[in-house]
Amino acid sequence: MTSDGSGDIWVVTEQRDGRTKAPSIALIGKARKLAGERQSRLTAVCLSQVVEDAAQLAAYGADRVYLLDGPVPDDWNDDAYVKELVDLARREKPDVILATSGSLSSSVIPRMAVALDTGVSPNCISLDFDHQSRMLVQTRPAFGGSLMANVVFPNRRPQIATVRPHAFKKGDPDPSRQGEMIRVDFDRQAVSAKTKLLNVVKDLSGKVRLDEAEVVVCGGRGLGKAENFQMVAELAEVLGAALGTSRPPVDDGWVPYAHQVGQTGKIVSPRLYIACGVAGAPQHLAGMQTSEIIVAINEDPRAPIFEVATYGMVGDLFKIVPLLTKKLREARG
Amino acid sequence: MNVIVCIKQVPAKIKIEIDPKTSALASGGVDRAINPPDLYALEEGIRIKEKTKGKVTVLTVGPAKADESLKEAIGYGADDAVLLSDPAFEGSDTWATSLVLAKAIRKIGQFDLVLCGKQSIDGETGQVGPMLGEALGVPFVSLVNRIDELGQESIKMMRMSDEGHQLIEMTLPGVITVVKEINVPRIPSLRGLMAAKKAAITVWNARELGIDPATVGMAGSPTRVSRVFFPQRASQGEMLQGDPESQVEQLVERLRQTRAI
Repeated sequence: MTSDGSGDIWVVTEQRDGRTKAPSIALIGKARKLAGERQSRLTAVCLSQVVEDAAQLAAYGADRVYLLDGPVPDDWNDDAYVKELVDLARREKPDVILATSGSLSSSVIPRMAVALDTGVSPNCISLDFDHQSRMLVQTRPAFGGSLMANVVFPNRRPQIATVRPHAFKKGDPDPSRQGEMIRVDFDRQAVSAKTKLLNVVKDLSGKVRLDEAEVVVCGGRGLGKAENFQMVAELAEVLGAALGTSRPPVDDGWVPYAHQVGQTGKIVSPRLYIACGVAGAPQHLAGMQTSEIIVAINEDPRAPIFEVATYGMVGDLFKIVPLLTKKLREARG
Repeated sequence: MNVIVCIKQVPAKIKIEIDPKTSALASGGVDRAINPPDLYALEEGIRIKEKTKGKVTVLTVGPAKADESLKEAIGYGADDAVLLSDPAFEGSDTWATSLVLAKAIRKIGQFDLVLCGKQSIDGETGQVGPMLGEALGVPFVSLVNRIDELGQESIKMMRMSDEGHQLIEMTLPGVITVVKEINVPRIPSLRGLMAAKKAAITVWNARELGIDPATVGMAGSPTRVSRVFFPQRASQGEMLQGDPESQVEQLVERLRQTRAI
């Protein structure tokens, strides 16, 4: 560790209702390992001061926890977040800044990077230090997961990367680990209000968030009509899974766009992906083929989805899916 | 209203190959097209122009042949297109690309709204839109799925958030990225196709944009790709045989073994 903080690793964490989201906790665990390799200090940055589980971030490996923002946690204030992060990073000069991909990755992180005169390597699935060059090697998929690229920052700092949810497994907390809690008050007056949140509409069509879910159950065109999505929704419920779909059901108005997995929808990488009646067009595969385990159920043995499936089942999904739901429900008691 | 739409030319098929000698992407001879998510930005830009009797200018950073995509954009209804092209831009990452786009927009001068697609289908970074907003020093909103009100001074719109949707007001000029839900892109009209054929595409190079070549391209980019490789499939997939009962039983057993459930 160097005294000017130049070896520091930061993780920008995300909270909902005062609790840190699971992918952020998992990323802290990964960053702890990276920090341990070269005796760096690990700082968790929370974009809220109301973080009930801040002590947990220390238990998972943070040496320090920064609690930014005013006392009222805002649902959305990108302009303020960018300014706060930039001010803090200019002052402390961290070597690495990590965040989970998702809405931070679509605005706050890249804007912060430009203000700090550095780049971003988004949606990484692997991070390793090259000990010779002391650079962080960031591996990210491109071309719909059919290609991997290693990205490095030869001479700009900080090295900024966002990682896909589930890229790293949650570590084991050590409750005896203590972290320094630092509140950073923020002068809201200094941010010119060029954007303003007027209203929030919560999505009620799915209880589990698609891009964060550990398990995704996806229904495709093979379901035939909108009503039949109830069948996959039941399977999703038993598994505590998020409900996904492919492009045709969205284009036909069966399912809202927010559930679309694929190139023009969401790119997901859960631990388990169950595709029911999904043919597997390249644009769909691009959105899910980095999932850990892929189960495909389709009546057409030549469907391209079977090429990426870990377990394939050729057959009638209207028989298989309810059976699977029943069996899993029994197992749960 | 002056609208600027930024597009990218990408391989039309996402099946790609790596040159085994140089480990660079073998892109020669591959059909190229407008990045599909950018078509929603283009359509929205054209709709705004039609409503406000404004103008749509399309920009792209790319090699000489990227002018085909700009002509295509004129076919859809854009008024003007500028290709930002210079050997010095080659190998630019998202940061350097945003810098080039920002310089071009400054050179154009007058603009109210800049629209970008959510992300490209090749690089899949989704970073150029937000980076461009910051580089221009104007407000930015990502993942817009509906524009509700467009005034001279501000825009009200819905964006997709982690928990659903948010209604946001943003002052103009500003930059937004849009998602597919925002519209259904039109098919180019015959008149559009004729205009595309005749269109002369303006090209601006680094000097004309006032860009120091050392600040862009491979040399000026903060990030560098040190290696590209094909992902390894963990194992060959297994087809579960038998009647539905037996298939389901096998599946549940395997998922238990791998602790997936």
